[in-house]
Order: sequence, then C-alpha cells, then structure tokens
Amino acid sequence: MINFRSIKAIYIFEMSRTFRTLIQSLISPILSTVLYFIVFGTAIGNNINFTNEIPYGAFIVPGLVILTISMQSVNNASFGIFFPKFLGTTYEILSAPISYVEIVIGYVGASATKSFCLGLLILMTSTFFVDLDIKFPILMLCMLLLSCVSFSLLGFIIGIVSDNFEQINFVPMIIITPLVFLGGSFYTIDVLPDFWQTITLFNPIFYLVSGFRYSFFGTGEVNIIISIFSISLFILLCILIIWRIFKTGYKIKT
Amino acid sequence: MQTIIEIKNLRKIYKDNKVALDDVNLNIFKGEIIALLGPNGAGKTTLISNICGISSITSGDIKVNGFDVVDNYREARKCIGIVPQELSFEPFEKVINTVNFSRQLFGKKPDGKYIENLLKKLSLWDKKDQIIRSLSGGMKRRVLIAKALSHEPDVLFLDEPTAGVDVELRKDMWNTIKNLQNSGVTIILTTHYIEEAELMANRIAVINNGKILLIDKKDNLIDRMSKKTLIIHTNSKINKIDKALGKFKLRISNDKKNLEYDYSPNKKKTGITTLLNEIKKTGIELIDVQTKQSNLEQIFVEILKND
Ligand SMILES: Nc1ncnc2c1ncn2[C@@H]1O[C@H](COP(=O)(O)OP(=O)(O)OP(=O)(O)O)[C@@H](O)[C@H]1O
Ligand SMILES: [Mg+2]
Repeated sequence: MINFRSIKAIYIFEMSRTFRTLIQSLISPILSTVLYFIVFGTAIGNNINFTNEIPYGAFIVPGLVILTISMQSVNNASFGIFFPKFLGTTYEILSAPISYVEIVIGYVGASATKSFCLGLLILMTSTFFVDLDIKFPILMLCMLLLSCVSFSLLGFIIGIVSDNFEQINFVPMIIITPLVFLGGSFYTIDVLPDFWQTITLFNPIFYLVSGFRYSFFGTGEVNIIISIFSISLFILLCILIIWRIFKTGYKIKT
Repeated sequence: MQTIIEIKNLRKIYKDNKVALDDVNLNIFKGEIIALLGPNGAGKTTLISNICGISSITSGDIKVNGFDVVDNYREARKCIGIVPQELSFEPFEKVINTVNFSRQLFGKKPDGKYIENLLKKLSLWDKKDQIIRSLSGGMKRRVLIAKALSHEPDVLFLDEPTAGVDVELRKDMWNTIKNLQNSGVTIILTTHYIEEAELMANRIAVINNGKILLIDKKDNLIDRMSKKTLIIHTNSKINKIDKALGKFKLRISNDKKNLEYDYSPNKKKTGITTLLNEIKKTGIELIDVQTKQSNLEQIFVEILKND
C-alpha cells in the first residue's frame, strides 16, 4: 500500500519552496546556457566541425542540457533533504507514518520535476541560437527524465551524507562538473589521444551524453542500448545506496 | 484503565556506546497526562524519540494503541503527534501552510474546518498568514503544537513545552495542555520543573541515567511529600522503645537521644497528643520537639542521590 497523500504533501511542499524563488532558480542556469552558446557555439564553434552533418552549435545542445540538469538535480535534491536536517525538521518526516520509499519519491520526484522543466526551458532557449531538429522526441524526453531522476537520486545521497554546506558543494564541483566536461559534452571522444579515450569509457556521463545525443541526431558514440543500460545501472546503484542508508539509519536516525 | 503505550525492556545505546535508556518498562494510560521528570541527559528525549521513530531502538518493544512501533509503524505513528524540544521549523513558510502540510504528511485528508478550529484554539488563527520566522518564541512553539495536532492524534508528546517561556506564557501553555487532555488526548510531557509536573500531571515518572527510578500517581507522591516527621529530643539515652509506645512505629535517631515519629498533617488525627501523653507516662523527659517536612523536591533529590 502506498501512501500517496504523504508523498504528495512532500512533493508539493518541495515544489512550493521552488516557486518562492522561481526567478533565481531559472535565471542563472538559463543565463549560463546562453553564455555557453555565445562562447562555444558561435565564437569558437564556427571553426570546429566534428561531424560532417551536424553544426557544432547544435552538437553541443545535448551536452549543455546534461551539464545544467546534472548540476541542478544534484543541487535541488541535496538541499531539499539537507535543509530539513539543518533546520531540525526531519523529526516530523521521521515520525510520520510513511515509508522510506515514499520519502524518496517525494523528495527525488520534486527535484527531478524541477530539473526536467529546466531542461525543457534550456532546449527552448537553445532554439534561439541553433536550428534544432529532434529525431526521436519521445526517446529524448525519456532520456531527459532518466537523467533528472538519476542525478536527483545522487543529490539525495549527497544531501543525507553531508554534514555542512561545504560538503554539499564539494561533490558537484569536484566530481560532476569534470565528469560532464570530460564526458564528451563539447567534443567527440575520437579527437582525444587513445589513452584518454579509454579513460572516458569509465565515465558514466559519457554514456548519458551519447545516448541523449542519439535521441537528437540519430547518431551517438555508443549504442543507445548501452547508454540506457548504463543509466539504469547508475540509478540502480543510487537506489541501493539509499536503501542501505535508510536500512541502517546512517546520518538520518540517531 | 486502558493502556495506550506499552514499553517493555527498552534499551537505547547510541553509536558512541552511550547507554541512554537502560531497561525501561512503562505503561501509559489513555487520557492521562504523564510527566517525565529528570535532569539534563536523563534520557527523556531519547525515550520520546524511540517511541516516535526518530531514533532507532537498540532492543525492547514499544506498542502504541497495540501496534508495534517498528513492525507496524504506519498504524502506530498515525496515533502520535510530537512537539520537539528544539524549536525547529521552516522559517519562511506560512503558519497555515506548514500546519496543512503536517496533516497531509500524516496521510489525512485536508480539513479546513478542523485546522481553523485548531488554530483558533491555540490563538494562532490571526497569525495564519505570517511566516513562522516572524512569530515570537512562544507562538512558534504553538505552531509546532498545531502541527503535532493537525492529524488528530490520540497521543501528544511535548518535550519541554515550557522551556524558556515566561511565567505568563507558561500558565497559558498549562491551560492549553489541560484543555487538550479534556478533549481526550493522552499527553506525555517532559520537564525539569517539579512544580510543573505537580501542577499538570496525573502521574509522574522520575528518570535518571536512562532508568525510571519511580513512577506513581501524583497524589501518592504528594502524600509522600506531605509526610512530616516529629523529632522528640530527650535528655536520656534511649536504647529500646518502651512497649507502650509500640503502636506509634517510632524510630530512634542515630545518637540515641531523639525519637522520630512520622505523621500526615492532612489527617484529622495526627496522633501527636496521644504520643506525647504516652511518652510522659513512660517517664522520658522531653527537652524539645521539632518537625521536619520533605517535599517532592527533596524526594526527587533523595532519589537521584541514591541512584
Ligand atoms: N545523538 C546522540 N548521540 C550520542 N549520544 C546522545 C545522542 N543524543 C543524546 N545522547 C546522550 O544520551 C543521553 C540522554 O540524552 P537525552 O537527550 O535523551 O536527555 P534528556 O533527558 O532529554 O536531557 P535534557 O533535559 O537536557 O533535554 C545523554 O547523555 C546524551 O548525551
Ligand atoms: Mg531532552
């Protein structure tokens, strides 16, 4: 039996927190996307051509979306659960008649929803700069959703494990940003030396970007099945960690 | 009396091996106000946290309304509302929103009428659209009480409801709590103030070092408390109490010079007159008489000292 009302309560509460700061939460990611387009897409991009058919400006759109939503998902979800810990309001969630699964659905669901909407907004923004012709729109939306969910799960873990604000910012800055940049968001990996190509194969975000790009242009660096498989694997891993955290009460229950 | 919370052999050991609760057994009855009285670090908050699912139980069983708080946590927790010791809240949330949130978090259908009445009862209705941060400390605690009551629980935990609250507000809080009891809610409150326990509670549990040292009806405790001791100083050494004085259950003091007699001043017949007459008959010469009274405070201190 799933307690939908409690999930909804958490979900709505989290969403309304966003609406209070809606402008801030939208402006900064959109502005940085615009900057990326100006710098990479227009200024530098005119001199680059990785793929014969796809203009560079369009080529970087999937990577840009992943870059933004990965950061935003992790931020949303980690702060979403860290704030109650920080404020001491987790007592209420813990004493409520809800299961761990329901708590996770509420928080991660809200976080994923926010970044999903943001992802769509960024796509719309990018149409002002490049001509986008999305080959598999449904697949694109699914990939976007999966990405939002997986990074939100990761953010949820970070929020629970972190003891202070510095730690919360640490993981996205030190791990996720480099992984996104090195995961082929702005180039195809065949431009890299062999050694770095091999290293890239261990970067989960490489598969994500590749799969996402496939949904746009019908070509990716790895098979779409492998992409979907790796994202699912990543989501599964996150779920396992969260399950473990709740099972042992680590950093949540004393 | 119907038991609403049943605690059996509860132990709580924190990760740093701190034993916070040590074999606690406690039954809480429906409709009562029970005060958990104990010094800092006694384990009061830990006990509440264990019942409510905020901290995990090391061993033992807790049942609320017959539901095990671990195996049947959904049913058990539906019956419980909790007001934490620390004032914790979402600072920028409106009063009404946070209270509505709590109700739905506990799986209840929205009910504007009920929430309105609740907020009115707690004098919060005219503040319903303010953000919590802008309220005074006493009002913030009321918001937490409103949140705890938003889902119509049978049991309410109040962890130091009057800590840091001025006299006026404290009286107000006591009234509020009494009214809640009258509306059928069972209340468990923790406090450092004996006076508060005395005024509010039907039963008092004294807790220290994770153990319940004493639990009794308040009236019994007050009876115990109101016992007086008559100390009779004599000028001779007393080795044995005269048979004629046997019925008075006298004690001989350590220096063998005094006789001690326990009596209740509330009773019509304290037996003092007869006792003094009987003593006179035995020929013991009296130098002085003196009375000594122990109160709950002393009982409390005594209990803690012996622990
Ligand atoms: N999270 C924790 N980790 C380790 N030890 C803890 C933790 N919480 C409480 N303790 C310890 O457990 C004991 C009982 O603490 P508890 O908070 O239950 O006391 P209390 O009776 O509520 O005290 P107070 O009147 O100060 O609120 C204390 O010795 C405390 O230091
Ligand atoms: Mg406490």
